[in-house]
Amino acid sequence: MATNIRDLIQIPIGDWVETGVDWIRTNLQGPLDGFADGVGFLADGLESLLLFLPDWVLGPLIIAFAWWRVGWRFGAFALLAMFLIAAMGLWRETMQTFALVIGASIIALAAGLPLGIAMARRDGVAMVIRPVLDFMQTMPPFVYLIPAAIFFGLGKVPGTIATVIFAMPPAVRLTNLGIRQVSQENVEAGLAFGCTTRQLLYKVQIPLAMPSIMAGINQTIMLALSMVVIASMIGAGGLGNTVLTGIQRLDVGLGFEGGLGVVFLAILLDRMTQSFGFRRRKD
Amino acid sequence: MTAKITVENLYKVFGPHPEEGMQLIEQGLGKDEIFEKTGNTVGVQDASFSIEAGEIFVVMGLSGSGKSTIVRMLNRLIEATAGRVLIDDRDVNSMTRDELIDLRRRDMSMVFQSFALMPHKSVLDNAAFGLEVTGVEQAERESRALKALDQVGLKANAKSFPDELSGGMQQRVGLARALAVDPSIMLMDEAFSALDPLIRTEMQDELVALQREQRRTIVFISHDLDEAMRIGDRIAIMEGGTVVQVGTPEEIVAQPANDYVRSFFYGVDVTRVFNAADIADRRQVTVLERPGVSVRAALERLHANNRELGVVLDPDQHYLGTVTAETLAAQMQTESAPSYASAYVSDLNPLPAEMPLDEVVTRSSQTAYPLPVVDEHGHYLGSISRTAVLKTLDRSGDQ
Repeated sequence: MATNIRDLIQIPIGDWVETGVDWIRTNLQGPLDGFADGVGFLADGLESLLLFLPDWVLGPLIIAFAWWRVGWRFGAFALLAMFLIAAMGLWRETMQTFALVIGASIIALAAGLPLGIAMARRDGVAMVIRPVLDFMQTMPPFVYLIPAAIFFGLGKVPGTIATVIFAMPPAVRLTNLGIRQVSQENVEAGLAFGCTTRQLLYKVQIPLAMPSIMAGINQTIMLALSMVVIASMIGAGGLGNTVLTGIQRLDVGLGFEGGLGVVFLAILLDRMTQSFGFRRRKD
Repeated sequence: MTAKITVENLYKVFGPHPEEGMQLIEQGLGKDEIFEKTGNTVGVQDASFSIEAGEIFVVMGLSGSGKSTIVRMLNRLIEATAGRVLIDDRDVNSMTRDELIDLRRRDMSMVFQSFALMPHKSVLDNAAFGLEVTGVEQAERESRALKALDQVGLKANAKSFPDELSGGMQQRVGLARALAVDPSIMLMDEAFSALDPLIRTEMQDELVALQREQRRTIVFISHDLDEAMRIGDRIAIMEGGTVVQVGTPEEIVAQPANDYVRSFFYGVDVTRVFNAADIADRRQVTVLERPGVSVRAALERLHANNRELGVVLDPDQHYLGTVTAETLAAQMQTESAPSYASAYVSDLNPLPAEMPLDEVVTRSSQTAYPLPVVDEHGHYLGSISRTAVLKTLDRSGDQ
């Protein structure tokens, strides 16, 4: 006879979370709305900017940027990618996704980088933040969609917020790691020449941690891109919508086209952000 | 000479509860017992010494002997557990944060074993780092950094980046960075240990040359006795966190405090440590102070002292020549008035005091007579017999 532990004791964690979410919704709606407005302003602004520029202006700009940062081969790839995206009729969706990725990344980095620095400077902070990051990264991303939708409804704002939560951890982690990995003697050199704590951070620790920090930024952007597709389930729009429609209609062609757009965007973003990780000389 | 840096009963205990470790030290427990009981490591134990202004003071010891810890307590990169560090009579350990930063910016700079340059900065900006931190405006700090780079022979590389330079050149940048702030004290933590031997010697010579131009107080950490002997005015030898001996290179080689100190001399070439003045001995020969005395009287004195030869000095102690019983006796036989001057042994030129021992060895093999040694003003310092040379060489052979 199997005794179920649930017959003896019940811990309704799910109920608690629900109660908590309800409480927040009734009592903190004001601040939440304000926050949502801010996020919405950023997301909408970016989207209108990218959509305001016609494809024959923005496309060449992106291609030129790819050429300048990475090289002519990559510039040629960017040309092909831009051409295919436009030819598949996915320009608008791609730019929506692009705007969402940028918006979410900006917010994630604005919060994540200072958090990473704080973690590196105080072991106490690191001890508190680290399990939170573990939680954020291992929780299946779909789960974030539920509270985001409850608090902020449907659309770009909850999509952006869910994306921020999912994409932030690598920026925090790699900033922390990068600063902690700055060699002891470099830190000592900074101190021995009379750096204040702030000077040590800006003149020694952050510059020397830059490759690691840039890797974190790159990872955050890539995660944001992958989450944006999922966030289309709560109406974030963009390429995710195309993929989702493909799934719903079992339309392989449409799904593939949307997927290909995401892949192009991913490669472009990845290579271009990585190019900032290498030290630039003589400038 | 005044003490620039004074270290008084300095202790450093690393570990979870340093105070606990300190209490046990006061109860007279040893390092190992303390580690077993409390998990605390005694890094430096009761170190006391003083460093004079303008000298190169080498702290030497094997790894783990606490030498790097000591140097870091001088500028408080590591906080001392107990004891005092006085720099120009100011207690470093009781300084406020601002006073400490001020001290580090103004009075002391540091050179590191792994160079610790900033890879994102050009050579010039690296050299200007200390000035930048202090808030010196750009034009001035660049001109001062350029001057420092010029001193170490790297002016031409000012626009390069550290990773484009060889190890030796990188450490020159490290040296320039330390010189640019024009400190009165330079701390050098195994500064040349990461360089290959040829470059290392070159850098040592350069440091000594820089020191000749402008005297600074240099605290140099090293595990290499040859290096310590080459550049050190005085050396402190550390073992297991305690300072076992402080002295000039000659004192340490001549009278090592214990077997640990002696063990450093394995493989050390004493001919480079000692110079002529170190082994010259005044007692070996009879000194005939006044050339005015008659040759006969001089001969009498040699016989009275049972010696074969004597050294002739003028009243101001200047060396004039060496005479032997034989040459004096020969003078007695001559028809003309006997004189000292004609009794001098020919071809016996005095050695300068700073002549290295290896050259002394060559010279002593060329003559049967003890070699006289004089200082730069010609004052007689003593003579070196063949036996003395052999004894000195033998001492290094023992080890």
